[in-house]
Amino acid sequence: MRMDRRQVMFGAGAAALLLPQSAIGSQAFTDSGGRKVMLPDRVQRIFASGGPAAVVVYVMRPDAMIGWPRAIRAEEAPYLLPQVRDLPELGMLSGRGDTANVEVVLQTRPDLIVDFGSVRPTYISLADAVQNRTGIPYVLIDGRFEATASSLRTLGKILGVPERGEALARYTEDLFGRLDKTLAGIPENERPRVYLARGPNGLETGLTGSINTEILERAGGRNVADAGGQRRGIVQISPEQILVWNPDIIVTWDRNFHARIQAGADPVWASVKAVEEGRVYLAPTAPFGWIDRPPSVNRLIGLAWLANIFHGNRFPFDFRQETRKFYKLFYHVELAEAELDTLLQWADGRPPRAPSPR
Amino acid sequence: MKADRTIWILPLLVLLTLVAAAVGLQTGAYPLTLEGAWHSLGQLWSGGVPQTAEERVLLDIRGPRVLAGLLVGSALAGAGVVYQGLFRNPLVSPDVLGVSAGAGLGAVIGIFLSLPALMIQVLAFAIGLATVALVYLIAVAVRGRDPTLVLVLGGVVVGALAGAGISLLKILADPYDQLPAITFWLLGSLASIRGTELWNVLPAVLLGLLPMVLLRWRINVLSLGDEEAKALGVEAGRLRAIIIAAATLMTASVVAIAGVIGWVGLVIPHIARMLVGPNFERLLPAAMLIGASYLVLVDTLARSMAQIEVPLGILTAVVGAPFFLWLLWRGRHGWSS
Repeated sequence: MRMDRRQVMFGAGAAALLLPQSAIGSQAFTDSGGRKVMLPDRVQRIFASGGPAAVVVYVMRPDAMIGWPRAIRAEEAPYLLPQVRDLPELGMLSGRGDTANVEVVLQTRPDLIVDFGSVRPTYISLADAVQNRTGIPYVLIDGRFEATASSLRTLGKILGVPERGEALARYTEDLFGRLDKTLAGIPENERPRVYLARGPNGLETGLTGSINTEILERAGGRNVADAGGQRRGIVQISPEQILVWNPDIIVTWDRNFHARIQAGADPVWASVKAVEEGRVYLAPTAPFGWIDRPPSVNRLIGLAWLANIFHGNRFPFDFRQETRKFYKLFYHVELAEAELDTLLQWADGRPPRAPSPR
Repeated sequence: MKADRTIWILPLLVLLTLVAAAVGLQTGAYPLTLEGAWHSLGQLWSGGVPQTAEERVLLDIRGPRVLAGLLVGSALAGAGVVYQGLFRNPLVSPDVLGVSAGAGLGAVIGIFLSLPALMIQVLAFAIGLATVALVYLIAVAVRGRDPTLVLVLGGVVVGALAGAGISLLKILADPYDQLPAITFWLLGSLASIRGTELWNVLPAVLLGLLPMVLLRWRINVLSLGDEEAKALGVEAGRLRAIIIAAATLMTASVVAIAGVIGWVGLVIPHIARMLVGPNFERLLPAAMLIGASYLVLVDTLARSMAQIEVPLGILTAVVGAPFFLWLLWRGRHGWSS
């Protein structure tokens, strides 16, 4: 028994020694967690630690992707480059549900692990632990919405595509800048009160300050689920509370819930102001969610879309043009008219079909 | 002496249940005045359709929710009483044969496949029943042993398997979307109950209750043990099967709409036994009334403590566990006397 374990440990050690030469770093980089990481000279194979990281790695270096945290679904595939659609499902290293096996990580021979998301002591220690065990440099990049532009620049530099990082950062700064200008003219009490409905019956939401709903506030809406900003995360809400809040706008990406509301089958939701006034919006989720799921740079297109929903003409948004531009710039795909139509109808409350089982 | 006491304990419990329901109806996030509420109730009673937001809150949200609390609480407590008598063990709860674990697995499969809410409930109900059927078949297959022991062990094993299935699906589920929904479901809640769902499960609960009422004296005999039951002319095997089916039907139906709510089926039967003694004929209604009041009150707490919902499973454990310890410490209520 003890012998076996020793052999395994020896095996892991040998694997670390046998890593490609490029993985042994020569340039020091300080990541968002203040960790000093020796970066490889040339990054060719990147392991994304979770959903948000996978999006940003795909956006930056689709050629260096080696897998997805979760396999790509059929309806998402047309919006991604052909070479990444069938990459294997590798699980995730951080966040909720640690499903990646460190041996799998080693076996896929990455020369860099990228984590994109919240920079908290838990994740810093996790990054250290994985890096020590695998010998593969692990960088932690701040994934907060506000930090998007600078994080894109940083990623561009460490992944060897500084011009791309710069271009995407410029896009982000331009969007945030236009939005700030619009919002400067809209006092707090004139901003719409918004409810983000999650879950099969729409009774889950994120409280103000949670990463799942920060897009509402950034787009200039007021999240009705406000507990003073002290508590964060996803919570359950009673239908009665929703009547009390009586939101002006409801946003969701759950097609089952949206269909039920549209059918008017539910008398409770039917008397909410947003439903009475026809202001329930369904966010597309292909290839990634427009407003969350995962919380990464995929939210930028949703941010512009929501700002237009919230403020109308004060924040103009040409759906076809903006969507085409974003998908080209970030996702490397030239949308065909039919694909654009699908997204347009989806955002108009007519999704392609019932959500498919995996 | 005991019989005298019971005579006015049951009406008192009915009164308690009515008070709990009234408290539940009057408490909540949406401001309703007392007179306004009763006025609209009266109007609706005489055939009106809910018009105002107040009437809608009362009739479409709070009303169904209070009724659901009554139904779920009484069903869980009733099933608990039956199971504790059947297994002659005070530590048994309605999910001993794996009904909750199975229903949980069914619901988690439904959430994982992104099915609509109704299908999630149907799956929870069906797999909850199937799990207990499997446990029962195992017990039938393993003959020549203490049947109740084999049943309990089978329930533990199959329940653990269902639990493993739940964990596997949690790992595979979308962490941004499905995982929170799964977590909330497994903690139980009455937040999304609608009137139609009540009508869906009410027949199943009543159907489960029927054999318990009809066979009440035989259940008494069964709690004496198989040998004694046989001596008194009661065939233990078939009766056991009927009772398990009935209690499982009741539990699976309410778990399907409310999620996994622990402790009610374990603690409430003890309280009822303290009040009215072990005679099943009085124990069943007492436990069901106490269970109904308890769950309505706890659910009222769950939805009025904060703007957000506190999952019921958390509250029933926080309230139930210390109470159960107190019962143990007190230790005066006899199990069979």
